[in-house]
Amino acid sequence: MNSTVTGKLTPYRIISGIILAILTVFLVFPLYWIFTGSVKTAADINTPTPQWFPTNPTWANYEKLFSNPAGLWLFNTIFIAVVAMLLTCITASMAGYVLAKKRFYGKAFIFSAIICAMALPKQVILIPLLKEMSALHLHDTLWAVILPTVGWPFGVFLMKQFSEGIPNEMLEAARIDGAGEVRTFVQIILPMVKPGIGALAIFTFITAWNDYFMQLIMLTKNTSLTISLGIANLQAEMATDFGLIMAGAAVAAIPILAVFLMFQKYFTQGIAMGAVKG
Amino acid sequence: MKKALALVMAGVMALSLAACGGSTANSGSTTSTGSTGSQNTNTSGTEITLWTYPIGSWQDSATVDGFIAKFNEKHPDIKVNVEYLDYTNGDDKVTTAIEAKNTPDIIFEGPERLVTNWGAKGLMVDLSDLWTEEATADISQTSEAVVNACKSADGKYYEYPMCMTAHNMAINYELFEKAGALQYIDEETRSWTTDNFVKALEAIKESGLAATPAIVYCGGQGGDQGTRALVNNLYSGTYTNADHTAYTANSEANVKALQLLQDLNKQGLVNFDPAAQASDELQMFANGTAAMTFCWNASNEATYASQVNFTPYAMNFPSDDGKAELCGGIWGFGIFDNGDQAKIDAAKTFIQFICDDATQGPASVQATGFFPVRASFGNVYEGTENAERMATFATFLPNMGDYYNVTGGWTEQRTAWWNMLQEIGGGTDVKTAADKFVTTANAAIAK
Amino acid sequence: MTTSAIKKPLKQKGPSKRSTVLGISQAEARRETISAYLFLLPFLVVFVGFVLIPMVMCLWTSFFDSTMAREDIFVGFGNYIKMFQDEIFWKALMNTALIVVVAVPTVTAFSLWVASAIYKMKGAACSFFRCVFYLPVVTGTVAVTVVWKWMFNNYYGIVNYIAKGTGLIENNVNWLGNEKTAIWCIILILFTTSIGQPIVLYVSALGNVDASLVEAAEVDGATRLQTFWKIMWPQITPTTLYILVITTINSFQCFALIQLLTSGGPNHSTDTIMYYIYYKAFKLYEYGYGNAMGVILAIVIALFSALQFKVAGKRD
Repeated sequence: MNSTVTGKLTPYRIISGIILAILTVFLVFPLYWIFTGSVKTAADINTPTPQWFPTNPTWANYEKLFSNPAGLWLFNTIFIAVVAMLLTCITASMAGYVLAKKRFYGKAFIFSAIICAMALPKQVILIPLLKEMSALHLHDTLWAVILPTVGWPFGVFLMKQFSEGIPNEMLEAARIDGAGEVRTFVQIILPMVKPGIGALAIFTFITAWNDYFMQLIMLTKNTSLTISLGIANLQAEMATDFGLIMAGAAVAAIPILAVFLMFQKYFTQGIAMGAVKG
Repeated sequence: MKKALALVMAGVMALSLAACGGSTANSGSTTSTGSTGSQNTNTSGTEITLWTYPIGSWQDSATVDGFIAKFNEKHPDIKVNVEYLDYTNGDDKVTTAIEAKNTPDIIFEGPERLVTNWGAKGLMVDLSDLWTEEATADISQTSEAVVNACKSADGKYYEYPMCMTAHNMAINYELFEKAGALQYIDEETRSWTTDNFVKALEAIKESGLAATPAIVYCGGQGGDQGTRALVNNLYSGTYTNADHTAYTANSEANVKALQLLQDLNKQGLVNFDPAAQASDELQMFANGTAAMTFCWNASNEATYASQVNFTPYAMNFPSDDGKAELCGGIWGFGIFDNGDQAKIDAAKTFIQFICDDATQGPASVQATGFFPVRASFGNVYEGTENAERMATFATFLPNMGDYYNVTGGWTEQRTAWWNMLQEIGGGTDVKTAADKFVTTANAAIAK
Repeated sequence: MTTSAIKKPLKQKGPSKRSTVLGISQAEARRETISAYLFLLPFLVVFVGFVLIPMVMCLWTSFFDSTMAREDIFVGFGNYIKMFQDEIFWKALMNTALIVVVAVPTVTAFSLWVASAIYKMKGAACSFFRCVFYLPVVTGTVAVTVVWKWMFNNYYGIVNYIAKGTGLIENNVNWLGNEKTAIWCIILILFTTSIGQPIVLYVSALGNVDASLVEAAEVDGATRLQTFWKIMWPQITPTTLYILVITTINSFQCFALIQLLTSGGPNHSTDTIMYYIYYKAFKLYEYGYGNAMGVILAIVIALFSALQFKVAGKRD
């Protein structure tokens, strides 16, 4: 078979090339439209025949966006996503490790609770959660969005799967060397489950970033909004300001894209190792 | 080892708590919840919160901040924080705030929310003392319906109104002209009969100048007063009975009207569009896709002024007798009962200043782009750049019909309404669909 | 502060049982249990506080007629009985099932195919494709939804424009306004926003499959397909399981799409359980009823996940 030989044109290759090209257009076009839309006037966006290139580009949408505390909204969004990501990675890798490798009283019970909770849709617990947050005076703070994300048990489940791949002999050896629990965890476990942490980090970051509904319910003050809530807030009842939404999307997409590009390499190497062992 | 571990744990907890406290402090203004209870009983140094739906320029912080600055000139001891709501998510936010016991002190919207919804649930403060004899007389002079709309079934006032409008429709004047359809409208009274409406639709379709003559939007509740007014006016039906205790969409007149629309839909003279809400329909009107819109008022004309390259010509809804009954819109203030008398008093002071003050009152109304409920304010747009437009829209005010938005089960019937339109557009028997709507809506009243 | 509270019951119960079972000394078992709980503590605090307690409250409320500003009334299984008589609930359940049953396998299979097509490409090309497929994920649901809504517009949307231009359709189709097409449009958009992550995961998983094994198989004359199923597939099964789980979660949680595009219409053809719960709880304040539906949905998801684990596990 010649699957490893590059450059040879087989019918399969041609067809897959075509499908890839179509798919690329299909996925990129909406984004092209977002970026060009953000520099179009309302009249240009809504012409009955599509205007392929912005003929009179304008920064008005961005100006309108930043006449609001859009910078703060962006900061809030990033803060939520980053803190949720960090806390999830820390708590989940610790919990996943012991659930995979330790024997202790109550383990089965805790693990079943985690599995049950994973099946529950978040929307369902919003009202009780809301009452709880207000009792704790956390409602309308960024923590009201962060904490339930961190408590979501998927990360623990994932890290447990990864931790199970660690050979027991390594733990045994560490114990014989007299390494304490903390040292074992930091020096032996963490490097081994790094791939899992990479996957979890990206997953949590994106989830927190896109968790529109949770943000909607938990945040009300103009100064505690996220970027997507902020944009939604700028809409009038009887008009959809496409340009403004596009500008907001563009502003929001750039930092997260940068994060992805930065993480990409590390993430790619990481997950691969995990896949073999996990 | 254990000690070290405990230390780390304690560190993590402390860190997250510290960060937590830090962020709360950072996020700026303290929330003014009534639940925390305040020590001071007089209004001095009181902080209140106002939530406003996007009503004209009341969604614009520069405008509202200006009003608050004016208010603080007279009442420097009351601090007013403002948050802005939108119509997509605003209701959810208020629901959330109620459940979280975190409601604002003042809210700016219409009686269907303030009186029928939150007022009826006992969440609002009775504002009877704002309704002085003078105020009641002044507002009654404009319309008795406004006074009644702000009053709950048990006679308490849960809203103090500021402005109002009559929702109408609009046509693309130049397009009508080219299609030879102007002959079907009475330009003097801006009215037309049902027969002429159908003829105009035919003429437009014939001309091929618009992708569709008209869109009956039914993709959601946004702007549904337009479709309600359309259906009710075609054969002079009513939306509810006279004492607002039952919905009447399946009355003979309404069924006839819905049947006509279904027939027009089949002929391609109107288009039932379950993918469009009012904002989408307006957009398609603005870019020439549709020749008319059923969701028009002064504020929309201002919003779309920069986008249209034709004259949007405001019209009454078509009616068999040529006399339209328009849906009214009323907006005003209500106070959530947070159990803190000082805040309630401060909120009342604020409302009085915004609505009743001789100079601020008209300015507050102007910012909405609608009309004052107080007859004594006269024409608040005189001498402004909008004078001409507002004079046109003022002519629609006398055609305002019954304000039925205070009927029970309002929220649920709104959903049932656009679902019914979707069914009718899809070809379901009109009477069946209308009966189903009435059953659902009337059941919601009982809840 | 909490540690002492946890220690106490454990001293009495835990180790005494364990010690005999595991054959380790009591002191050691106790030590291990304590340290395990210390490791679990940060997660448990958040999990119990912000997931488990609200979950129990949700289950509790599902037995009450609970609404805004009124004392709850106990109705036993009333909400559940009402649910099974609620036509729209069934419709929403079927729609949700359709979305999951179509989206999950398509996303998984398609992302595997794309990944296998691009993972051997040179660095830049591979990066390019990964970015392309990841873009819709990072752009944010609201913006992507608004763009798609415009593209599906009945009168001047680009989809009709192209479909008509290429002769696929004769007259404009109101994609989102038609009972038959609306849900497929939702699935399509869900698809574009869901495949990014699986592709990235598969690319790295495939890139790490032991190349010598693949070569050996090829030398032995195995066909391309055989190589894939016998050699590569087993090695990427953990990745597949992970992808199945996240895609299932994503598909069940498809909410913003519905809210922003169709509000469940036309004729409830795009109502999903998630949207219906939202509508009942947040628009009509029927908290008890909403929670009861949530409980049922949770059971459905649990069964679904169990099935996935079983199927994916068997292959191993």
